[in-house]
Parts: sequence; C-alpha cells; structure tokens
Amino acid sequence: MWDYTEKVKEHFFNPRNAGPLEQANAVGDVGSIQCGDALRLMLDVDPETEIIRDARFQTFGCGSAIASSSALTEIVKGKTLDEALKVSNQDIAAFLDGLPPEKMHCSVMGREALQAAIANYRGEAWKDDHEEGELICKCYAIDSALIERVVRENGLTTLEQVTHFTKAGGACASCHEKIEDVLISIVAARCEAGAIEAAPVATAVVTPAAVEKPRMTNLQRMRKIEEVIESVRPMLQNDHGDIEVVDIVGKNIYVNLKGACMGCALEAATLGAIQQKLFEELGEYVRLLPASQLEMAR
Amino acid sequence: MKPIYLDNNATTPCDPAVVAAMLPFFTEQFGNASSIHSFGNQVGVAIKKARAQIQALLGAEHDSEIIFTSGGTESDNTAILSALKAQPDRNQIITTVVEHPAVLAFCDRLEKEGYVVHKLRVDGRGRLDMDEYRALLTDRVAIVSVMWANNETGTIFPVEEMAEYAHARGIQFHTDAVQAVGKLPIDLKRTKIDMLSLSGHKLHAPKGIGVLYLRRGTRFRALLHGGQQERSRRPGTENAPGIIALGKAAELAMQHMETENTDVRFLRDKLEKGILARVRRAFPNGDLHCRLPNTSNIAFEFVEGEGILLLLNKLGIAASSGSACTSGSLEPSHVMRAMGIPYTAAHGSIRFSLSRYNTLDEIERVIEAVPPIIAQLRKISPYWSESGPVEDPNKLFQPAYA
Repeated sequence: MWDYTEKVKEHFFNPRNAGPLEQANAVGDVGSIQCGDALRLMLDVDPETEIIRDARFQTFGCGSAIASSSALTEIVKGKTLDEALKVSNQDIAAFLDGLPPEKMHCSVMGREALQAAIANYRGEAWKDDHEEGELICKCYAIDSALIERVVRENGLTTLEQVTHFTKAGGACASCHEKIEDVLISIVAARCEAGAIEAAPVATAVVTPAAVEKPRMTNLQRMRKIEEVIESVRPMLQNDHGDIEVVDIVGKNIYVNLKGACMGCALEAATLGAIQQKLFEELGEYVRLLPASQLEMAR
Repeated sequence: MKPIYLDNNATTPCDPAVVAAMLPFFTEQFGNASSIHSFGNQVGVAIKKARAQIQALLGAEHDSEIIFTSGGTESDNTAILSALKAQPDRNQIITTVVEHPAVLAFCDRLEKEGYVVHKLRVDGRGRLDMDEYRALLTDRVAIVSVMWANNETGTIFPVEEMAEYAHARGIQFHTDAVQAVGKLPIDLKRTKIDMLSLSGHKLHAPKGIGVLYLRRGTRFRALLHGGQQERSRRPGTENAPGIIALGKAAELAMQHMETENTDVRFLRDKLEKGILARVRRAFPNGDLHCRLPNTSNIAFEFVEGEGILLLLNKLGIAASSGSACTSGSLEPSHVMRAMGIPYTAAHGSIRFSLSRYNTLDEIERVIEAVPPIIAQLRKISPYWSESGPVEDPNKLFQPAYA
C-alpha cells in the first residue's frame, strides 16, 4: 500500500468541501477516466472583489486524488482569483505533507482544475498542455512523456544528458534501462528520418567546441562564470531551489546551493550538469564544489 | 475486531502445520542435501518425500518431473525460454492478453529481441476463441503458454483441450497454474501439458518456493547453470525448508480440495450475491460459469478502487483492485481492459479471493460493510447524482484532457 502521510489519510477519510455547490459561478472539469482520475471543482466567486467565497469538489479517483481535491478547496477559499492562479501543484502536495511520486499527478490535476474553473469564470477557453506517460523515474516522479519531449526538443542522445535535463535517473539509477529504451526509440526514429547520423546511443559524446577559444583574462573568466551560473538559476528556481557563487580558487568554483537544492539527493547531478556547462563555455576544465568544502580547502 | 483477509489470490498465510514441518530444517537439520554425511542425508530424504507429495497433487507420472524453483515467475520464464532455446527453428510464442506479468512482460521482452508473440484475445467474459487459437498453431511455434485460471477474475481456460491441439502439431504446451493448483483437481499424466508453473505462497506455503513441472521427454534447456541439483535442470543449493513446506502444503491441499469446491464456493457465492443484492450499478466480472471457487471480482460503477480498498482496510477488510492507482500505473488492469469493461467500471473493480480459513461470520460482516462504502464514494463522484448515475455522463461531465 502507498506510504501516504497522515494528512493525506485525514483528507481522504474526512474530505473537506465534498459535493456539489449549487451557487457555483466557476466550474472546472479535468481529468481522464482512462487514467482513473476525474475532478470537478466548483467555485463561488464574488463578482465585485473576485474573492473565492466558497469552493467544493466532486472527484472520481484514488485516495490521494480525493485528498488533493480536498486540500485544493481549503487552499483557495478566501483567495482572489489572481492569488489562486499562483497556487502550484507543489503547494497542494506540500499542504498534504507530500505525495508519493506515483501520485504527484493528483496534485497536477488539482492545479489544472483550478485553472480551468477560473478560465470558465472569465469566459476564456482553457487548454491543458499536459501529457502523461508511464512513470519512469520513481525518485523524481518523471514520466515517459516528459522525457520524450525533452529528448526531442533538445536533441539528446545520452542517458547522462537526460538526467541533466530532467533529473530522471539521477538518484537510485534503477530506471536507466527504461530511459535508454525511450532514447533508443526516439533516436532511432530521428536516424531514419535522416535528422541525425546513426550512432550508437551509448557512445554519442558532446565535444565542447569551446576548446579552441582564446584564453580569457581573469576578469573575463569570472564574468563568464557568473553569466553561466545566472543562466541556470531560473531552472533551479523552478524547482524552488537556487545557486550562488561564493569563491573561485584556480580550477575550483565554490557555490552555495539554496532552497530545495539543499540536501537534495540530486545535488551531485545538478552540480555535474552545471560543471559541464561551465566547462563548455570556458573551454577549460573546472570543478564545481559546494562552498562547505571551501573551509577544508583553506 | 479481527481482520478479515480476502486477498488470497495475492498471497496466503502459511498453514501452521506447514510452518511446523519446515522449522527443523533451519536448525537441527541444516545440512546440504548433496553432502555424504548424515547431516545432509536426512535433508535429502525429506526433499524426496516433498517431491512425492507434489507429484501426487499434480498427478505427475514421475517424481523427477518436479523441479523446485524460486516461484511462479522463475518457472514461467524458464519454461518459455527453454522452449525457444531448445528449438532454434521455431521463433513464435502463443499466449493470451490476460496472462500474469510473469509471462506477458517476459514475452514483451522476447518480442523486442525478435521473437514473434501471438496474444489470444478474450471476450467480455474473459473467454478465449478456440478457432483463433487453432489457426495460429504452425510449425514455427515453439511454445503455447496459457494460464490455467486467471488471477483477477478466476476465469478458467480449457488448457487440457488446448494442450491436445498443441501436442497434435508438435508444439510444447506450458500453463501458469499458480492460481489453479490446490483449488482444481489436476491429473497431469492424463493430459498433454508439457510444463506447468506453481507457486508455494498461493497455497499456504511460504514465499520464495515454487515448482516447474517438466514432462519426461520434453526438450529442455536450463535457465541457470551450476551444480547437479534438480538433475542440473535448476542448479543452486536446495531451499530445503521451503521445499519441505511446499510438500506439506501440497498434502494439505489434497485433503482440502473438496472444501475448496463446497464450503469456500458457498461462501464466495454468498458474498457475491449479498453485495450485488445491496449495491446497484455493480456487476460481477469473468466467466461466472467456469471460474475458481474462491474468486469473485465485482465492478462498482462510477467509483475508484483504491478509495474502496482504503475504506475497507479501515474496517480491517483486505481485498484488492484492478484500478490503475493501486498499481502505480495509469491504466486500469490489463485483464479488465481486455474484456472491454468500461473505464468507469474497470477502475472500480474489486477482487475478493477467499480461502478455507474464511468463515460465514466474516462474509456476513463484509456484505454489511461494502454498501455504505460505495455510497460514501459515489456521493463525491462527479459521475453520480443524488438518485443514481448522472444522465448521459459524457454530456454532463466532460473533463478536459485526454
């Protein structure tokens, strides 16, 4: 059985705000019966202030789908529509003290129901860009649809790249075979289409073209390092994390990982990916190290 | 209140007599059966007895046809791979769409490696089409692998008849009988079945022990290579406690075979009728006229299985579901989908699987417990209104995103 938190169980056994809402003026229907989840979110919005006066739900779905729906109604009540739109699926999961990776899609469904209901109130068409596939990486809840999209859009060819781009496979490593299967199917299709030359997936290597670049001055080099770090920050911030440069000592660049990045099991993979990028941009070998090691170095 | 266990197709508790039989083989009789000294010799004698007990349960002609393995999955994989390796001129497999993953997932892997896999379809009651089957029997087929009884619905396949057809065309026949052994009388020497898988923990023996029955004279290639155990067909030091436990469990299964088909069947029927009489928009799945005596699979429309299981569990009642959510995949059970059960019902299908340890009192408690749970979940289902299912659900509730 799932390792549900007490909060999830609480909201499943005693769901808040379940059942139809007669005076609803914003309704969002999302989900898919094929996937075994369907959610109707009903809001009573004050037309003057756009404050959500009441929220109720009806859900066909598993324990965590019902708990996520219940949590969602509790979160949005009393918020304005604009405030409610800022609610992320992580907020819903956090409200429940977390969800198992296989069940994160329940919180995604909650956020989508909210967007759909608000679009319904405002008379806008809501279209979801959400796709789901087989869950590949259980550590980070990454499914095949996401991996396929990222592989296609970025022309990835190796397992390491997939991990750097999506985090999939970055922790326990037991899904590597499945990731390779996804890579093989997409890369093979691209080979057939003549988009890339056929090459064994495992041996495709990204060669840094930057190796030929002329040497930089110290100032140029430091600016370049900062530039690269700045460019990856939005990606980390998306995951509620962040990074800052603390010091540069020769080949060693010391950084602080912040927010959700702290203590994240994927810390090494994150640093590895950024290090690779620095390496390519600077045209020289550098090491990216956590600032905690700076003390030791001194 | 004492918990009620109705998930015996998933696994069963060990019979106390089984545990008593195996315990000495952890301590005082710890020897290696291959050893010449007295420590090992006694173990060898006990294993021989266990082999005979299983031979009797399966109706095998020779005791050397019993090969001990680690369980159902190993037996299934060994059987299929052996047929392919031993007959390199044959590259096709016939199986069904409703097999256990121990067969289906392995066939999918073999398909990737270039083998040709034919999966027989089933009708709405989970039955096979014999004409479709017979048309596929060619001299390119290495093996037919068809389960004796389905784990989710209990539906029984006519494997004895199917084995005759395969044999007539010189094709090896394997059956995954992990759900059937102990519940249905089996007499392999009167059939043309070449290989059969059984799993100890489905019949009150421990986990981690199973059998591959291999008819004498069937061309065979071992999966593992090593010592001479099991006549080199399954090397590795014998799991003596497990083997002795399985022997005892087989003996008990013989004694209780009639109970399964009288008492257990009576309780199952009472449970099913009791629930269906109290809950509307619910129906039983599978071939009701030809199924295991212990299994009832009921689809509750417009509610999702995991919710039902969580609420049952709160009352101390254990069952299982074919819903997507309980497995961690996004699809409902492949068996329900193969039978064409609508998604609104497939996600709410619950399997109750009984054993000889269940009592009338327990069944009556479950009959009382189920209706309020379904009502509670339907109350918050968008597919259900006060009075019943919303009229034309597809019109009134059309969630965005496929």
